[in-house]
Amino acid sequence: MNFPKELKYTRNDEWIRMEGDEGVIGITDYAQDQLSDIVFVEFLVDVGESLEQGKTFAAVESVKAAAEVYMPVSGKIIAVNEDLPDAPEKVNSDPYGEAWMARIKISDPSELDDLLDADGIAKLERDH
Amino acid sequence: MTDLSTSLKIEPTVFELSSPGRQGHSFPELDVPHAEIPKSLLRDDLPLPELAEVDVARHFTRLSQLNHGVDTGFYPLGSCTMKYNPKINEATSRLPGFANIHPLQPIETVQGAIGLMFELQEWLKEISGFAGITLQPAAGAHGELTGVLIMRAYHRARGDDRRVKMLIPDSAHGTNPASSAMSGLEIVEIPSDTRGNIDLAALRAECDETLAGIMITNPNTLGLFDENLRQVCDCVHEAGGLVYGDGANFNAIMGISRPADCGVDVLHFNLHKTFSTPHGGGGPGSGPVGVTDELAAFLPGPIAAIVEEGDDEEPPLYGLVTPEKSIGRIKAFHGHFGVMTRAYTYIMMLGGEGLRAASEHAVLNANYLQARLRDTYKIPYDRICMHEFVAEGHWEDAPDIHALDISKRLMDFGFHPPTNYFPLIVPEALMIEPTETESKETLDAFADALIQIAEEARTQPDLLQTAPHRTPVGRLDEVKAARELVLCCWLPEK
Amino acid sequence: MFLPHTDADREAMLRTIGVKKIKDLFEGLPGEHLFPELDLPPGVTEMEALAELQHIADANETTGELISFLGAGAYNHYSPAVVDSILRRGEFYTAYTPYQPEISQGTLQAIFEYQSMIVALTGMDVSNASHYDGATAVAEAVNMAYHNFRGKRTKVILSPGLHPHYRETVHTYTVDSNILLEGEETPLDSGPEALIPLIDDNTALVAVQYPDFFGRIHRFRELIEAAHQAGALVAVHVNPLALGLLEPPGDFGADIVTGEGQSLGIPLSFGGPYLGIFATRQQYVRKMAGRIVGETQDARCQRGFVLTLSTREQHIRREKATSNICTNQGLMALAAAIYMSLLGKNGLRQVAELNFHKAHYAAAQIATLDGFELVYDEPFFNEFTVRCPRPVAEINEELLSYDILGGYDLGQTRAGLENHMLIAVTEMVSREQIDIFVDALAEVAHD
Repeated sequence: MNFPKELKYTRNDEWIRMEGDEGVIGITDYAQDQLSDIVFVEFLVDVGESLEQGKTFAAVESVKAAAEVYMPVSGKIIAVNEDLPDAPEKVNSDPYGEAWMARIKISDPSELDDLLDADGIAKLERDH
Repeated sequence: MTDLSTSLKIEPTVFELSSPGRQGHSFPELDVPHAEIPKSLLRDDLPLPELAEVDVARHFTRLSQLNHGVDTGFYPLGSCTMKYNPKINEATSRLPGFANIHPLQPIETVQGAIGLMFELQEWLKEISGFAGITLQPAAGAHGELTGVLIMRAYHRARGDDRRVKMLIPDSAHGTNPASSAMSGLEIVEIPSDTRGNIDLAALRAECDETLAGIMITNPNTLGLFDENLRQVCDCVHEAGGLVYGDGANFNAIMGISRPADCGVDVLHFNLHKTFSTPHGGGGPGSGPVGVTDELAAFLPGPIAAIVEEGDDEEPPLYGLVTPEKSIGRIKAFHGHFGVMTRAYTYIMMLGGEGLRAASEHAVLNANYLQARLRDTYKIPYDRICMHEFVAEGHWEDAPDIHALDISKRLMDFGFHPPTNYFPLIVPEALMIEPTETESKETLDAFADALIQIAEEARTQPDLLQTAPHRTPVGRLDEVKAARELVLCCWLPEK
Repeated sequence: MFLPHTDADREAMLRTIGVKKIKDLFEGLPGEHLFPELDLPPGVTEMEALAELQHIADANETTGELISFLGAGAYNHYSPAVVDSILRRGEFYTAYTPYQPEISQGTLQAIFEYQSMIVALTGMDVSNASHYDGATAVAEAVNMAYHNFRGKRTKVILSPGLHPHYRETVHTYTVDSNILLEGEETPLDSGPEALIPLIDDNTALVAVQYPDFFGRIHRFRELIEAAHQAGALVAVHVNPLALGLLEPPGDFGADIVTGEGQSLGIPLSFGGPYLGIFATRQQYVRKMAGRIVGETQDARCQRGFVLTLSTREQHIRREKATSNICTNQGLMALAAAIYMSLLGKNGLRQVAELNFHKAHYAAAQIATLDGFELVYDEPFFNEFTVRCPRPVAEINEELLSYDILGGYDLGQTRAGLENHMLIAVTEMVSREQIDIFVDALAEVAHD
C-alpha cells in the first residue's frame, strides 16, 4: 500500500497535501483498492462553500460499493477537479496525482494535528 | 458505443428485429365519425419498433429461455423464499371475475373482491396475531415505509416529537435503513453478539427518550431466531419505542410463533415470499402490514371492512374504509389485488396445518443442507438454524477464491446461486434458503455440487474464477456497464 | 401440500441433522405461545379451491358484463392474447430480480427493451425498470427533485389536475419532511399558468398531469419555461396510451416524466398490480431511483445486459439511498414491453385514435341531452367531465340496471364538483354501446 510521506491522512482514508494555507484533498491508495473499479465521482459542494472537518464534500462509487469523502480539516472550497467525473478510473490509477478531488483554503491549521502521518496510517488497524 | 456494436448478439432486440410496415396487432375499424384533432397537439413521430405477431411471440419466448426460474431449477436465495409457485394461483387470479373489475366500481358490484380482501386480512391477522392490517403496500420495502410512517404518526399523535432515532441491527436488509431514512429518522446500528443475537447491552445503551423504535427481522438474516427476543421488545417498549418486524423470514414461523405474541408492534408480510405468489422477475410483490390494536387507527386507507352486518338471510356488506387517524394513502387504489388472490388461494389450500407443515419442512430442509455442508464450508453461527443459514464462501488454503466465484460456478451445475455478500456481518457470505418445496434429491445434488466446488477451489481455481461456462453469457463486465452507460437501444441525442 | 417429503426422506434427514423429530429443531425457540392453533378454515384440494374462488369471482360484476365508462386512472383496454401467454411462461414469472445476470438475460433484455420503448414514447433520455404505480412514481419524482437540490429547495408545486390518489400519496410520503406542498387549491378552470405565481427560487419541482385527471390536454410550455427560469424541475405525469397520438413531454421541456402504465396491456384487476413509469434526462440519471438495466459485454465479446448504477440503491447505499425501492413491477414492465412491441408505432397510434374519436362521439351526443353539459373547453383524449342534472351516485345506480358502469363521481374528490361525472371511452366500447349509454342517460336524467 502506497502512502506518500509528505501527505497527512484521516482514519477514513482521505489524504491532504498542504501548500501554504491551501490544501489539496483526495482518497488513498488503500481506499481505491478496497472500492475496486471506480465508476463515478460526484462533488456535493459548490466552489466557494465552506465546510467543517468531517463533513461530506464528495461521493465515489464503484460497482459494488459507494463511499462518502469527508473534509480532513475545515476550510473553503477553492476548486474541484472538474476532469474527474469524466474519468473516474483515475482514482484507481493515480489516487494522489491526477485524481485530486478538491483544493481548499484551510480555516484552522490546528486541525492538522488530528491527522495521521504516513507511518500512522500504514499501521492503522483495519477491520477487513 | 462502437465497442458494444461489434459484440455478438444472442438475441436481437425488438428494435433490431423491426421492419417498417409490420404490425403485430390490429384493431377494429373506427365506427364513429372522425373528430378533429388539433394538429398542434400531435406528435411528429413515434419511434416504436414494428414487428409481426409471430416475431413478437418468438422473440419473447426465446428471451424466456435464457432465464433460470423456480420452474427450471433450484433457487436457494436467502431471505427471498423462492418456493414453488402453485399454478392454481395463476388460474384463480385470472378468473374474469377478478381480472376484469375496476377498483372504483360501486361496492355492491364487487362484493366478491372486497370480501376476499377482508377475509385475507382476517387470515393474515390470525397467522401473525395482529389486530389490524392493511393490504395496500405494493412490496416489502413499501410495507416498511408504511410501518415507519405509522410509528412516526403514533409518536406525533402522543405529542412526542423527540423520537427521531431508529435502531437497526447490523444484519439488517438494506431496505430497513433506507425506509427509515426516507421517513427522516436517524439510524443507529446495533451490533449482533457472538451467538448472532441482537447485542442487548448495546441496545440498552440506546434506549432513551429519543427512541422511535427498532426494526428487527426475526428469524434474522443469519437464519437464527433471536434468543432474547422478548427482552429486546421489552427494552424498547420500556423506553417508549415501538418494535417493527420485517416479515421477510416469516416462512420459518407460520403456525409456530406469532410476532404479535412476541412483542412486535408492526410487521410487514411479503406475499411474494412466504405466501407463494411469484417473484415475476422483480415484482409485482405485495407487502401487507399488520399492527397492534393501538396502532390500527393509523393504518393507510382504504382497507376492507364490513360496513353493514349480515344476518341469517343476508350476507354482510363489505366496503372500503379509511381508519380514523390514517397516515393516508401510500399508493393509488387498494393494493395489488392480483397478488392477493394468489396468496388467498394458497392459504385456503394449506389451512393452518398446511402452513405449519410448510414452515416445519422449510426449517428441516435448511438444517439438512447445513448438516451436509458444515464439514466443507465454515458456518460462523453453527447451531440449529431456522429456514436459512449463512456459510462463508472462502477458505484459508484457497485465498484467491471468493463467494462470487463459488456462485458463478454453481450456475454450471444448473443451480441459481444463494444470496451473496449479505448479511454484511459475515465476510464472503453465502445465504442459503432452500424452502420447503424442494426434495431431498435436489438438496443432495446441491450439497454435492458445493462440495465438488470446494474441491475445485484447491485443485482448479481457474475454473471457478472464469465461471460460469455453461450459461448463455459468461461473466459480464459490470464496470464497463457503469462507466459507459448504455441504458436503451440507441444513445439519446445530446 | 406442496411438500415432496416422504416419511423415509424425513427420517434420513433428521438422522443426518442429528435430531429425533422435527419438533426438536424448534427446541431453542424462546418463550411462550409456541405452536399456536391457527383459527383458519381447514385446507382444501386444488379442485375445491378453484370452485370456491370461482364462486367468489362470480359475486363480482365485470367489464365483460357491464358496458364500462369508468376511468379515473384505470382503464378498460384490450390486452392482446400474446401478452398473457408470454407472462405465463414460468421462466419469466418464477424468476427473481436479475442479480445474477448470466442466468437472467431474458428478464434483463426484456426490461432493457421496455426502457427503450418508454424513452421512445416519452421523448426523454432514460427510463428505469419501473415503480409500483403512477402514484408512487410521482412521489419518487418529488423525492428525486428534493435530493437534486440537496434539500436547499423545499417547495413542490402540485397541479390540481393531478389524480387525487397521486396527490394524497405525495402528502403521505412527505409528512415527516420539510417539503412544502402548494398549488392543489388553484381553481380548476384556470390553466397551468395559474401555477406560475407560486414558482420561486425555493421551488424544487412543479408536477402536472397530461391529460389531467379531468381528461383535459393542457399546453405546458409557458409553465415549464417559468419553472426553468426559476431553476426548478418539471415532472409531467402521462397516460402512455395518449402518447400514441400526443406530443411527448420530452419535446416540450419536461425534466421528469412519470406515468401509469396500466393502459399498456395490463388488466384492471381491481386496482393492481399496475406499472409506475419513470423517465428523465441523461444528466439526472444517477438521481433516478429504481433499478436500471444497462448493456455490456462478457469476455467472449457477447452482448449482455446487467443491472447497473446499483450503488444508488438500498442494498448498497442503505440509509444513504435516495429511495428504499427493492422489488418493483418486473412482470408488468414485461407486459408493457410486449404490448408496445406488438402494436408498434402504427398500432399504438391506431388504438389512441380509436379512444380519441369514440370519446369525442360520446361527448358530442351527451352534450345534446337536456340537463347534461360538457364542463371544460380544453381538448381531451379519452376522458371528459360532464355536469349532470342529478347526483352521479343516483345516476350510476340506475345505469347498473341497464348493465352500464357509469363514470366517476367527481363530487367525492373536490368541493364544487357535485353532480360532475368523469366519463372514459376506450376502444372496447362500440358505437352501439355508446348510443345505449346516451339513451340511458337521457332516461335517468330525472328522478
